[in-house]
Amino acid sequence: TATMGASQTRSEHKHQDLVDRTGFSLEQIKNLHKRFQQLSGNEETISKEHLDSIPALANNPIKKQIIEAFFDKRNQHQNEVGSFQEISFEQFLMVMSHFRPPTLKTTEEEREALRKEKLRFLFNMHDTDNDGTITLEEYRKVVEELLSKSGAIGLEAAKAIADAAMLEVASTNVPHMAPDDFYEGITFEHFEQILKGLEMESRMHIRFLDVDTSTMRCGKSTS
Amino acid sequence: RGTEQVTCRRCVCVCVCVCEGEEAGEQHHRGGGYRVVQWEWSYVQTPYIIAIWLLVASVAKILFHFSQRFTTVVPESCMLILLGLVLGGIVLIANKKQLYQLEPALFFLFLLPTIVGDAGYFMPARLFFDNLGAILLYAVVGTLWNAFCTGFCLYTAKLLGVIDERVHADLMDFLLFGALISAVDPVAVLAVFEEVHINDMLFIIVFGESLLNDAVTVVLYKVYISFVDVGAENVQTADYFKGVASFLIVSIGGTLVGLVFAVVLGFITRFTKKVRIIEPLFVFLLVYLAYLTAELFSLSAILSMTFCGIGANKYVEANISQKSRTTVKYTMKTLASIAETIIFIFLGISAVDKSKWAWDTGLVSCTLVFIFVFRAVGEHFLTQSDLLFPETVEVIDQVVMSYGGLRGAVAFALVVLLDAEKVKAKDYFVATTIVVVFFTVMFQGLTIKPLVKWLKVPRSTSRKPTINEEIHERAFDHILTAVEDIAGLQGYHHWRDKWEQFDKNYLSKLLLRKSVYRKRIICSIPWIWAEVSACPPGGEPSGLSDHCVPCSATIRTGFMSHIRISLSERENGSGVCLDLQVIDNIPGAKVEEDTETHHVLAENLYKPRRRYQSHYSRHFMPVGEKERQDREVFQRNMKSRMETFKSTRHKRHKKERSLKKVNPTHRHQAPSDTIKHHPKLSISVRHRQKTTDTFRHLQIPSDTVRQRQIPSDTVRYHQTPSDTVRHLRITSDTVRHHVIPSVNIRDCRTPSHTIRHHQTQSVRHCQKQ
Repeated sequence: TATMGASQTRSEHKHQDLVDRTGFSLEQIKNLHKRFQQLSGNEETISKEHLDSIPALANNPIKKQIIEAFFDKRNQHQNEVGSFQEISFEQFLMVMSHFRPPTLKTTEEEREALRKEKLRFLFNMHDTDNDGTITLEEYRKVVEELLSKSGAIGLEAAKAIADAAMLEVASTNVPHMAPDDFYEGITFEHFEQILKGLEMESRMHIRFLDVDTSTMRCGKSTS
Repeated sequence: RGTEQVTCRRCVCVCVCVCEGEEAGEQHHRGGGYRVVQWEWSYVQTPYIIAIWLLVASVAKILFHFSQRFTTVVPESCMLILLGLVLGGIVLIANKKQLYQLEPALFFLFLLPTIVGDAGYFMPARLFFDNLGAILLYAVVGTLWNAFCTGFCLYTAKLLGVIDERVHADLMDFLLFGALISAVDPVAVLAVFEEVHINDMLFIIVFGESLLNDAVTVVLYKVYISFVDVGAENVQTADYFKGVASFLIVSIGGTLVGLVFAVVLGFITRFTKKVRIIEPLFVFLLVYLAYLTAELFSLSAILSMTFCGIGANKYVEANISQKSRTTVKYTMKTLASIAETIIFIFLGISAVDKSKWAWDTGLVSCTLVFIFVFRAVGEHFLTQSDLLFPETVEVIDQVVMSYGGLRGAVAFALVVLLDAEKVKAKDYFVATTIVVVFFTVMFQGLTIKPLVKWLKVPRSTSRKPTINEEIHERAFDHILTAVEDIAGLQGYHHWRDKWEQFDKNYLSKLLLRKSVYRKRIICSIPWIWAEVSACPPGGEPSGLSDHCVPCSATIRTGFMSHIRISLSERENGSGVCLDLQVIDNIPGAKVEEDTETHHVLAENLYKPRRRYQSHYSRHFMPVGEKERQDREVFQRNMKSRMETFKSTRHKRHKKERSLKKVNPTHRHQAPSDTIKHHPKLSISVRHRQKTTDTFRHLQIPSDTVRQRQIPSDTVRYHQTPSDTVRHLRITSDTVRHHVIPSVNIRDCRTPSHTIRHHQTQSVRHCQKQ
């Protein structure tokens, strides 16, 4: 009992630390920790297979990209590249923190920073070869995954859409292209520019609950 | 304004004189013998008067719009009320009594359903459900709060003596009054907000609230009426519980009735292929029946109609023909517009009838103050609770939302419905309601525009989302669902995803036509505005066709132009060449593939259809509408012409193929080629000319890579000697806002898949505007 108490306070310390770093509340971190342990089978780290085996994700057309995103080093805000094989709870939380909703108390600068963070996350998701630009091929892949995987439209149509989208980016960002120029690919600045109209900070978030919903959940449950 | 008054006065005088002339007419009959012309006033009286009223109202609207300056400042509803006041005054003076009144039965059975039906059917469903939490919170909790607080405070005011003794009302009466005065009115909200153009989220929250609070209002009204009947002393606690239960039943029951009718409507329209003319009738009938059935069971009729419209819209729009869609849209909007006009005019007229109301300053002023204060306070608390909001609501938005809480004709009709025997203070209540309604509609209606401007509320963007934005909107749905699943939360996206699966697998199968169902997945992509539609010769273009979209898609860019991108597989495997500027003179054309793709393309005629509409407007059509319509009309003409050529063309194909192989430069001399190209030309283009101008944009000889400047907005279709690639050129007129520069995305030949510009033998234009 004493050791249990000690380990509890230790994890609470860690959680408190995480609160400051990720911006979640203590309750939310506790709930996510429970979920993490559920996914990992009470281990310290989870691997891609753990995430792969979530049944609800099976039908999602961008399942692979999302799972990759969790293991992507770039999303850890530490200027590394590459990807992990396994991630710890802390790293799991870092990735989740990209989806925090803004509260009433966030200032203008914080909102701007939040927005940039989310855009960066999206960008990293598209830029699979880590070279800092989204090339036509990569973008095509994105569109294909989104559309033709779900059987919506044919491959060629998806390609056409991707091309048109690329064209749009090029023309918005580099309106004065000379005949001999390349358009190498979408850089982060261009990406920001093209998605200026979207309200990222209000669209791209999910509500993390303060309430523990593990008892209400159905689906994958290990004990 | 002077002219309007005079004209209206004349009209009314005619009516009045006509009534009095009736007596004179009858005397003629006594003469005996054969009358060549007779005065049959009593026969046509009712419909005649109705028609005259409609005419007066509509002519008034025309006259209002003569003064541009006026219409931008003063909302139409204000002017209509003022007109009603004037007319009422005239009738009163002429007749010494009030002839016309806003009858509650007329209002609830005919006028209100038209407006609510129109609103529900064209409600942007996605926006509505995204914000449903906020809407419900305001509609239910907000209205309850307002009703109770207003009622209690008025009672306290009476006890304190602020309200005069003459007002014989006790707690129950005041609670009843509070209930009916606190409901935000959909008619008024629509009328005022339509002209203000605030951003979509705010609008949908206020408007959704005005619709959904009907359940609360209905229940409170009925409950309190029964309490007042029974007497305050005899109310038992069980009755309160019954009230709560009744609320649940009324609201959920109303919704279910609406959904049942929506399913029925969707199912019926699945089979209306042979009876296209009466398709709109089904829509109107079933939506109206949803309303009446809910009224029959004393459930919430507005909820029923709203959900029927929202639910059925998706399936009905996919099933019925294009012409029926147009008919439904225009008829609904016309009827709703007329109903709104009549309501406001009658509000004005009824106000003038002094016999119906009694004035008490204390009551009126207290009510005005209380409804304002409690709404603002309630809004503030609800937004702070942060319970259900997907987005955060700023202070500015709160102000607009509380300011947008307009009361209107519903409150007035409800107060007129009160039984004067049971509610002794009815006349005072009527007067107060009239003042409140006038105040909110006129004062708040007049001032909301300057307020919105002053507060710098974000306005609605009427610009269409760019392709990238739309791709990412779609991406968000999947990303957020995935993250929710990973985090183990069963949040909004999770359920929405589940609903979409259910819809795809079961509901759409049941309610959509077979041909439509097979292509439904194209429907599900809201931003591919093109649909493949092949119409049977001479017939109506149906929603979606039976042909696949193998190789082409018309894609709308953010630049308001249509680029037809045609792709086909090249021999060496890689796919797309998208040259928007220049003809690529690649020798070694593959003629067969060309003509085949021609063939395929020609069979699939494209008809872009508006999918994304978040801005609700009854009066003004969105900007591109006119051209779109012209184009659609044009397309239909072209289609029928195409069909007649189709049969002959097949035979000529074979002959021409051999011809072309021999002589590539003469390829396009054959008239069938010319004709083949037309559909593509016409469709992607926005025409401002008459539809007979179809044959202007013909091709150029392809051995030269010349581009002919046609100064109209056409898309030129060039046939190139390159094997399978088709290139398009968009002249500057088509592109309104932005010109697509000479970016040539090609990766056909390069392994590195970068976008490169290709310098060809032809002239490259860099067009800028």
